[in-house]
Amino acid sequence: MIDRIKALTERELAAIFLSFIAYVVGVLFLLVTGMLFTFETLTEGGEATMRPLFDHMSWLLILALPLITMRMISDEYASGTVETLMTAPVSDAEVVLGKFFGTFLFYVALILSTLVYVVALAMFSKPDLLATAYGYLGLLLLGALYASVGLFASSLTRHQLIAAVLAIAILALFSYAVDYLAMIQGGAWRSTLSYINILHHFKDFSKGIFDTKAIVFFVSSTAFFLFLCVKVMESKRWR
Amino acid sequence: MIQVKNLTKAYGDRVAVNGISFHIDEGEIVGFLGPNGAGKTTTMRMITCFMPATSGSASVGGHDVFTESMQVRRVIGYLPESTPLDIHLRSREYLNFRGKIRGLSRSERAAAIKRVADLCWLGEFIDRPIHQLSKGMKQRVGLADALLHDPKVLILDEPTVGLDPTQIRETRNLIQELAKRHTVLLSSHILPEVEATCQRTIIIAGGSIVASGSPDELKTRIREGSRLIAELTGDAAAIEKAVKSVNGVKEVARESDNGWHRFIIETNKNADPREAIYKLASENKWSMRELRLEAGTLEEFFVRITAEQAAQRKAAEVRS
Repeated sequence: MIDRIKALTERELAAIFLSFIAYVVGVLFLLVTGMLFTFETLTEGGEATMRPLFDHMSWLLILALPLITMRMISDEYASGTVETLMTAPVSDAEVVLGKFFGTFLFYVALILSTLVYVVALAMFSKPDLLATAYGYLGLLLLGALYASVGLFASSLTRHQLIAAVLAIAILALFSYAVDYLAMIQGGAWRSTLSYINILHHFKDFSKGIFDTKAIVFFVSSTAFFLFLCVKVMESKRWR
Repeated sequence: MIQVKNLTKAYGDRVAVNGISFHIDEGEIVGFLGPNGAGKTTTMRMITCFMPATSGSASVGGHDVFTESMQVRRVIGYLPESTPLDIHLRSREYLNFRGKIRGLSRSERAAAIKRVADLCWLGEFIDRPIHQLSKGMKQRVGLADALLHDPKVLILDEPTVGLDPTQIRETRNLIQELAKRHTVLLSSHILPEVEATCQRTIIIAGGSIVASGSPDELKTRIREGSRLIAELTGDAAAIEKAVKSVNGVKEVARESDNGWHRFIIETNKNADPREAIYKLASENKWSMRELRLEAGTLEEFFVRITAEQAAQRKAAEVRS
């Protein structure tokens, strides 16, 4: 099983790095974060923290990761490769996990390249490295959840663009929309709405707090969307 | 090796495959013949575990396709109709990936890729990106993938569609070569194709098996729809009357052109009154310039079968 997931992960990674969109997304992400870092964080008398940049990344990634995952499952159906894949001795769950790990490894490479900013910050002042490490841990958990939502959206349609829009909509719903609703609603609703708010959980990490509850939230919701994705693929066989 | 019992697949209200049953023994090479939309691909997809049946069952190598799907997938090599491939990879990279998910070790993969590359004449194309390959070349890569793990059962959906005549001949030879070591089920909508390669043919139309047997047996059945063509000069009405009275003649139609009359003669089953018609013409001193048996084609056979099915359905509706 591990061997098969590894083979599927390598296949997805190859597909990502051979696709044009991954480079566009990667370059744009680094360009925008680089600009934000230079003009916002790297200012005289500014605070030596990555926190504002982490918060910017959390919304930038809502746009970036769905563009990486959008073709992953929808294109298998559109091009028909799902037929050779699903008649080989691999389970639906292995296929989904392979795609998830492929996306995640690409994401890790992207996030690791932002460590340059931390180095730049450390050259001029003394940032809190532990808090920064927690911030990166939060980013990894956040990216995993975004990737699983992206894959779930991709499993729902044959059209890549619809998959991307759908994933962005779901992610925006569970961050900005519930945030707005929590603001206008009072009482019992507020705590429920803020519990399902992804960015609310991420904020602890970007502040540099190690939050076990948030880890449970991210891991379980990532697993939940991957599970949904497997179920969608299974149900497609019956149609 | 392959056992299919009452297999049915319905997409909503539309029944694509309607309770078909057949079995294929080890080492057999069987052709699945039918017009487009007959249910060939759907049946193959159920046997290869791509989609579950609505009802009925199928097993391959003693394993049920639904409950022991993984075991079935291990013994099958499948070439889908559209030959889907990972087009961004090179053929060798693709085959290597396919070997990995089939659990072949590094050395097994190297040996297997070499074997299938030779078998399917991939040659130098093995190191080309797949999106650069022609349709025929892609078909070979797909076939190479199906053969990679040396499967007991090969299922090939329209393996020669879109190939040029030379490639078709080569592919047929290859399939016959493969049939010595594998059990083969292939589908086609062309009769000569199946005639040339298969020991046994199953004809499927409208989701049901309408005939099965050796190519010779089927040829006889298909040619039940044969007719005679005769071209004569003389008094058309008299000739028609005389021909109609010949033993074995069922129906006569006539076309006239420049003093020649062309008679299209429907005969009874297994009757061949060509000799009698020739004698009749020579006795009456009618000149004759053509007399031949026009063999029924597969297309006509399909049309007849489909018409019969439609009539049966209508009759059933009227009854209910």
